[in-house]
Amino acid sequence: MAHGGGGRMTERLIEDVFLPAFVGAELGRRHDGAYLPELQRRLAVTTDCFVVKPLLFPGGSIGSLAVHGTVNDLAMCGARPLYLTAGFVLEEGLEIALLRRVVTDMAAAARESGVEIITADTKVVERGKGDGVYINTTGIGECLIGEAGPWRAEPGDAVIVSGDLGRHGIAILSVREGIEFSTRIESDAMALWPAVSALIAAGIEIHCLRDLTRGGLSSALNEIARARGVEINIDEATIPISEPVRGACEFLGLDPLYVANEGRFCVIVPGGEAPRAVGVLKSTGLALDARVIGALCEGRSRVVMKTRIGGRRIVDMLSGEQLPRIC
Amino acid sequence: MKFLDEYRDGELVSELGRRIAATAAHDWTIMEVCGGQTHTILKSGLEELLPGNVQLVHGPGCPVCVTPLELIDAAVEVAMRPGVVFTSFGDMLRVPGSRLSLLDARARGADVRIVYSPLDAVELARRMQEKEVVFFAVGFETTAPANAMAVWQAANTGVENFSIVSAHVLVPPAMEAVLGSPECRVQAFLAPGHVCAVDGYEQYEAVANRYGVPVVVTGFEPVDLMEGILGAVRQLEDGRAEVENRYSRAVKREGNQEARRIVAEVFETSSRKWRGIGAIPNSGLCLRPAYASFDALTRFGAQTGEVAEPEQCQAGRVLQGLLKPTGCAAFGTHCTPDHPLGAPMVSSEGACAAYYLYGGRD
Repeated sequence: MAHGGGGRMTERLIEDVFLPAFVGAELGRRHDGAYLPELQRRLAVTTDCFVVKPLLFPGGSIGSLAVHGTVNDLAMCGARPLYLTAGFVLEEGLEIALLRRVVTDMAAAARESGVEIITADTKVVERGKGDGVYINTTGIGECLIGEAGPWRAEPGDAVIVSGDLGRHGIAILSVREGIEFSTRIESDAMALWPAVSALIAAGIEIHCLRDLTRGGLSSALNEIARARGVEINIDEATIPISEPVRGACEFLGLDPLYVANEGRFCVIVPGGEAPRAVGVLKSTGLALDARVIGALCEGRSRVVMKTRIGGRRIVDMLSGEQLPRIC
Repeated sequence: MKFLDEYRDGELVSELGRRIAATAAHDWTIMEVCGGQTHTILKSGLEELLPGNVQLVHGPGCPVCVTPLELIDAAVEVAMRPGVVFTSFGDMLRVPGSRLSLLDARARGADVRIVYSPLDAVELARRMQEKEVVFFAVGFETTAPANAMAVWQAANTGVENFSIVSAHVLVPPAMEAVLGSPECRVQAFLAPGHVCAVDGYEQYEAVANRYGVPVVVTGFEPVDLMEGILGAVRQLEDGRAEVENRYSRAVKREGNQEARRIVAEVFETSSRKWRGIGAIPNSGLCLRPAYASFDALTRFGAQTGEVAEPEQCQAGRVLQGLLKPTGCAAFGTHCTPDHPLGAPMVSSEGACAAYYLYGGRD
């Protein structure tokens, strides 16, 4: 417990683990809070808690996830990520080496995303009261465009996804459940800002951005359809899903439309802008599988999919967690 | 994906749809028995490609749906015992008993885990000698061999801290129960391909003869289902009632002999209550006396009293193909996947949940 008590042990943890990783002028001053310079633009703020198990997975860790998750939420506001705060809840008995790995990943992800971690906090809970590490991050960004949200989506707009779906969820599942696939499936976790900023720089009229995290594509589109009161029509044959993910989903009885992603988003743009938007996304090299998967139309607030065999079905929100089926 | 995409070929499915329409001169009602087939039909929007005079009704082949409340209550009771690690396939966890689901039990501190194979549960028992590992053995003939193998392995390698709650059910007696109902409107069956892969289809010949209904052994992909429907419609139009194998890439008449042998070694048939339908003679599997010590309900003295279903729930009529889910007054109003009245709304294989999720025809 001593590491969280606020005394010399806490001091050592901060000096040994956190400060060397999070090198930044503001954090380095070690004051109770951070002073930020005056900013010219409108700000966007978001917060997220990360409780993933296992802490390390193919393609990342809770540390990189805690940065990407939050900077991606800022990117979905059309905001350039600038600053992050970080709160850690550590379970007593956590190996320092593991914590160091998580913190190092976090620092690397922050560097790549161009954000500075400006203030942080650590608490330690008794053994058995946590899953190793919980992390909360709050992000601050400056808005480079006006608001981009479901309320701006219009019938006639196109829905574009930035890449293949489902890799993060399946990567986590394969480690958590100890299932081995012949191909290693790596998480898609990455920062989305570079792709979004390319769209902004190209002057694409962005109506709505949404990352495809928990609940996957289906939840994101349902939320937009309901918030805006439009029908979203998608075409199953155009939705990019890699062969290994398709195979894993078949095997486990999961629907890839509901599987989580950490480095994928959908963008809604006027129909006429769609081909150019896809071209811009591909040109970044970060969204090579970007493509139009559907369109908005007048109708009931729902998502309807044309199936591969030419039938139609509703794609609904998930009720609770997706559970593997018996047979 | 190899071996799957061929069976999801849109053009082939449409072509089969046209052939069904050209063959069906009369009105026909066909039941697909298995929940996995119901799932594919709704998920791929197959009904839209069928002519209006060919109706599909959805059968009782969702093992989660037909597991009686009493048995779920007993499983929850066992799971809540100190020192028990309760293991189950995923979709059984959310099904509410009369009071709690296994997920509720987990939220109250029970150690409930998802496994992908009963053999993983045996392995868990080997690793956790100080715990009692219980597996919820749910399923049709399809899952019975692996469950039988788990018990056999535990018995033969001295894993004494392993036991099962057996909730196994068998397809042919359920088909006979559906056909025996005075209200029955099923004229042909699509028999469940994976059940037949294990158990063969000899038993279905007796059903086809006795009741004069065509039985077509059918797979689970859109092309398989359309071929099964086409086979059934052809027989109906010709006035034939035969067992026909349209899933020959997986099914042989005698089934999988090795699998049948291990099931017969460990299990024997018994009368079983089906949720919403009632007791059906010889429709369940229980452990043979030689393996009775692996019965979790006996080991933990769990009670299985009678529990009444919610009155509004018409699950029994849905499971027998007498009512389409959308024909139930509670569908989508008092009964949703978030607040299910009956099990067909809970499991994704259940007909009600499939209609709710994928918005079926009607």
